[in-house]
Amino acid sequence: MEHSSLAGRIFRGVALSLILIFFMFPIVWIFLMSFQSNDQILRIPPRILFEPTLANYEALISGQLRTAAGNLQISFMRNLFNSVVLSSAAVLLALLLGVPAAYAFARFKFRLGETIAFTLLSFRFAPPLLVLLPLSLYYQELGLNDTYFGIVWVYQLIALPLILWIVRGYFEDISPDIEHAYRLAGHSWREAFTRIAVPLAGPGIAAAGLLSFIFCWNNFVFALILASADKQPVTVGALAFVTASGIQYGQIAAAIVLSVTPTLLLALYAQRYLVEGLSLGAVKG
Amino acid sequence: MSMVQLLQTNAQAAPAKPRPRVRLLPYLLSLPALLVCVAILVPFVTAAVYSLQRYRLNLPYLRGFIGAGNYIDFLSDPAFWNTLQISITYTAVTVVVELLLGLGIALLLRRPSRFHNAVSIMLLLPLMTAPAIAALMWKLMTNPSFGILSYLVSLFGVTDFKWASDPSSALFTVVLVDVWVYTPFIMILLLAGLRSLPRQPFEAAALDGVPASFVFFRITLPMLAPYIITASLFRLLDSIQQFDIIYAMTQGGPGDRLMVFQVQAYLEFFQYTNVGRSAALLMILWLITNILSNIFIKNWLRLRARAHGHA
Repeated sequence: MEHSSLAGRIFRGVALSLILIFFMFPIVWIFLMSFQSNDQILRIPPRILFEPTLANYEALISGQLRTAAGNLQISFMRNLFNSVVLSSAAVLLALLLGVPAAYAFARFKFRLGETIAFTLLSFRFAPPLLVLLPLSLYYQELGLNDTYFGIVWVYQLIALPLILWIVRGYFEDISPDIEHAYRLAGHSWREAFTRIAVPLAGPGIAAAGLLSFIFCWNNFVFALILASADKQPVTVGALAFVTASGIQYGQIAAAIVLSVTPTLLLALYAQRYLVEGLSLGAVKG
Repeated sequence: MSMVQLLQTNAQAAPAKPRPRVRLLPYLLSLPALLVCVAILVPFVTAAVYSLQRYRLNLPYLRGFIGAGNYIDFLSDPAFWNTLQISITYTAVTVVVELLLGLGIALLLRRPSRFHNAVSIMLLLPLMTAPAIAALMWKLMTNPSFGILSYLVSLFGVTDFKWASDPSSALFTVVLVDVWVYTPFIMILLLAGLRSLPRQPFEAAALDGVPASFVFFRITLPMLAPYIITASLFRLLDSIQQFDIIYAMTQGGPGDRLMVFQVQAYLEFFQYTNVGRSAALLMILWLITNILSNIFIKNWLRLRARAHGHA
């Protein structure tokens, strides 16, 4: 395992280079494309060196797209705004609902708690359309279709199991003795919860929150079904944008860059916790 | 006694005294989570009921209970068998390729070093890209007139490769996108697993001059098995339900070449407004995922207990 012959080292070097190229190239290429005019993009053979332009981003930000058929109004910035609102609200709600529940599941062993925890977990793996399609009919009757609240509510399907199971693990790792001692000093359980348990589980709560934000942001199918144009997040908006703008490839690339940058930056920031989040708390990084 | 009073009494009670009333607290704390649970279960039961009905949105007066009618229709419906076959093929190919590739990369990055850690962090970026957006990225790269990948294959003499728009290469193309997005998932779980393995067996094997292949098949793989099983089941469960990549890439086309379960169910609902059929399709998918997820949860709990130090 540890001995490294020359052939072995060359093999490793080549293999790692190929892997890096395969996984990094699409991101780099689309990023470069977003700074090119359509003429530059359509040039064959493609060139790595080009004169960068900000026109694509300017068009997206102003919402005025020049196409062959004339000027087109597309509010991609609106989609970006929706993504921020929907994902933040969903994570806040999930933290509010999930952290106390996670605490209850960790500290008190009770049948209903286990049932809730496992139901939410098993629906993490059920087909989302199974819940979404009937829900869209209910939403139409309740007037929740195409409302921020309606979408934030179903985003709980993504965020809540994640927060519940990760934060529960953190609470379980804290010895209850500390809280008992604090309670002995005459403090209420609520003080023990907010002043002892929550701060000690802080990193876990923050990690679960960040990850839920990323997963909500990246979700596509929920808003595809429940939101119309002015409530759609970037994932759905980008697809609609491709259909509408046709051959404005530079602008499509710029829209893609704007859509993925926030989650990629957050992921880099939270990378220490990603293993744990991705495995719903089963593997620690 | 009101809730507030109850909590106050609780707070004042000496911890040594037995406190039966405290049992209410966990229920109170988990009430909101319970509410979300119910909000999921109601539409789920509704879907189960719809699947037993003749229910078309465009023909509401025909609505009625038909028992297993929708399910029985599937048996003689080539479209259903096509969906089942495509879903299984897609799942099998993606999971096998991602597992082999992910395991290979994890082994390459196994030794912790600054460079290896940097590589593993970079590989997380595809995984953190929204799958629907990833599909759009690859769509731009495989565009027949200017796509860089189309250009690259043309250098090898393949001038007419149509990627996702040709029935013969469509599956290959979406699998490629799935592999790009999700291989890092397997990689990162297995890498964490590899690095958490105890060192002694490997040191003993090195001292005894045991050949590398023996170490890999007899020590590394068996010890890594719980991680491999959990990671693969995770992917299996997500892959058989793939929607985003396929929908964003081709909407199930060309023709019905990529008509996997959820895409088919989506089109049945919104294009053909056949709610009953759509629900029946999803119930069948749910049955498959439910069996898998029960196996998964067992493995996952074992791994979780290990991570929290009470194996």
